[in-house]
Parts: sequence; structure tokens; C-alpha cells
Amino acid sequence: MALDQSFVGRTYPPTEPYEVGREKIREFAVAVGDDHPAYTDPEAAKALGHPDVIAPPTFVFSITFKAAGQVVEDPQLGLDYSRVVHGDQKFAYVRPVRAGDRLSVTTTIEAIKSMAGNDILDIRGEVHDEAGEHVVTAWTKLVARAVAEEA
Amino acid sequence: MTAKIAYDDVEVGTELPARSFPVTRATLVRYAGASGDFNPIHWNEKFAKEVGLPDVIAHGMFTMAEAVRVVTDWAGDPGAVVDYGVRFTKPVVVPNDDEGAVIEVTGKVGAKLDDNTVRVDLVVTSAGQKVLGMPRAVVRLA
Repeated sequence: MALDQSFVGRTYPPTEPYEVGREKIREFAVAVGDDHPAYTDPEAAKALGHPDVIAPPTFVFSITFKAAGQVVEDPQLGLDYSRVVHGDQKFAYVRPVRAGDRLSVTTTIEAIKSMAGNDILDIRGEVHDEAGEHVVTAWTKLVARAVAEEA
Repeated sequence: MTAKIAYDDVEVGTELPARSFPVTRATLVRYAGASGDFNPIHWNEKFAKEVGLPDVIAHGMFTMAEAVRVVTDWAGDPGAVVDYGVRFTKPVVVPNDDEGAVIEVTGKVGAKLDDNTVRVDLVVTSAGQKVLGMPRAVVRLA
């Protein structure tokens, strides 16, 4: 069943701040096999003009996707998460995420479409730091696949 | 932000050094822990097959993270990336052996934009198939 169009434009309350830790950045960089020193060595990051180690570009997804859970788990929307796949992902960075950031995400449903029985949800997460400065915007497209016809 | 590549030194068509990134089941377990994405399609073969996949598949976000390394290594400063987007078109299937899968990434400058930025168009394949659609990054050069 197609999702309710009246949810388009709905914005959820900002999330509690997520504190970005140096060791969490290191863990992520190791997990993706990226040994760029800006992720682990504060001096190397400073040499590039950053106040502390920075996170790899896609690191912030863990934070924005958790925030998107407000949409996914909204009982009023009624999305069947067991059928959801990640369609597209896009980020626009004002500056890189860095250690010491306390990041809050404001999530908005940008669009709801129905195509060939699939529900397609465009979710925007605006990430701000503790000072209220905009850090990054993440756009996530989720596709809830149509329930297959039983043979 | 201090990228090591100068805007004036690149033109449309400039190729970035290509890279290939191995991915095994162990890689996926480590990424699941680091990212907090424990969806069993990324580590449980039985579950993956039950939902119609050929085998365990890599996290799309893992592939996205690897692909942009061609851009960040070239630019020299990962903080110089101003925009990055992909479409997840095909899964990276990761067999349960020592070899796993390989993600191959090439990139070239697709456009020179304002404010010392360029758009890099990536091509990301595994097992000979494109796994990301329209992977593009905008990066600010020196």
C-alpha cells in the first residue's frame, strides 16, 4: 500500500548530540582500510588546516542514518523496514566532521513516491554542531520493495 | 584545507590514479562494527540467500567509502571534499573464501567548477560490473 503523501515535508525534532571521538574515527578508518594520517594524527590534520583529526567523508552516515530511524520507525508512516534497501546516498559538506564535534541531526521527509509497487522515500538530514553551525547535509533514498506475489 | 593538487594543473579528462580495494568477510564484520550496521545480509550467508541474494554482500556504504579514497588520496586533504553522491545499483557479492571480492575504482575530472572546485566522475566495478551509479565527488583544489 502506498505511503501517506501527507508526510512529505514533515520534520522531526533534532537528535540528542552525538559526540565524535578520535578513537571512533580511528576505528572507522581502519575498517575501511584508509591510512590517511588526517584521520588519526592530530598534527597531520593540523598541517592541513584542521583543528583536530577529521573523519572520512562517509563517516557521518552512521549518525544521519540513526536519525533517519525516526522516519523509518514512525508507526504513523508504517514503512515495512524488512523490505527496505538503500537506493542513493549523497552528502554536501560545509566542513569535514572532526573529533570533538557534538552533532545533532534534523531529519525531514523530502519526498514519497510509489513506483511499480515500490515505496520510495527521500530523507534529508541536516547536521549541525553544538554552536549551531551547519556541518553537512545527507540525502538518503530508501526503497521499500513491493511484496512479491505468491506463486 | 590544503589540497595538494592545484586547480590550474588539471583539466577536464585528467585521470586520477586508479585503485583496487579487496573486501573479504572479515572486512565486512569489521565495517559492521565500526559503522553500527549489523544487517545480517552483510555477514550471514543463510540469511542473505533467504532474502534472495546470491551470497553475502558488502555494505553499500562500505563501497561508497572505498570509492572516494581515489579522490581523497589524489587531493591530499580528505577535508577538501565538498560534495559526494552515489546510487547503489548492484551489490558487491563477497564469497566466503580468502580472496573475497575486489572493488575497482577509476576516476577522472568531469568538469571544472567555480571556486577552485572540480567534479570527479568515478567508475566503480566489482567482478566486471558497475556497482555504483553516477558516483561523483566535488573537491576543492589548491
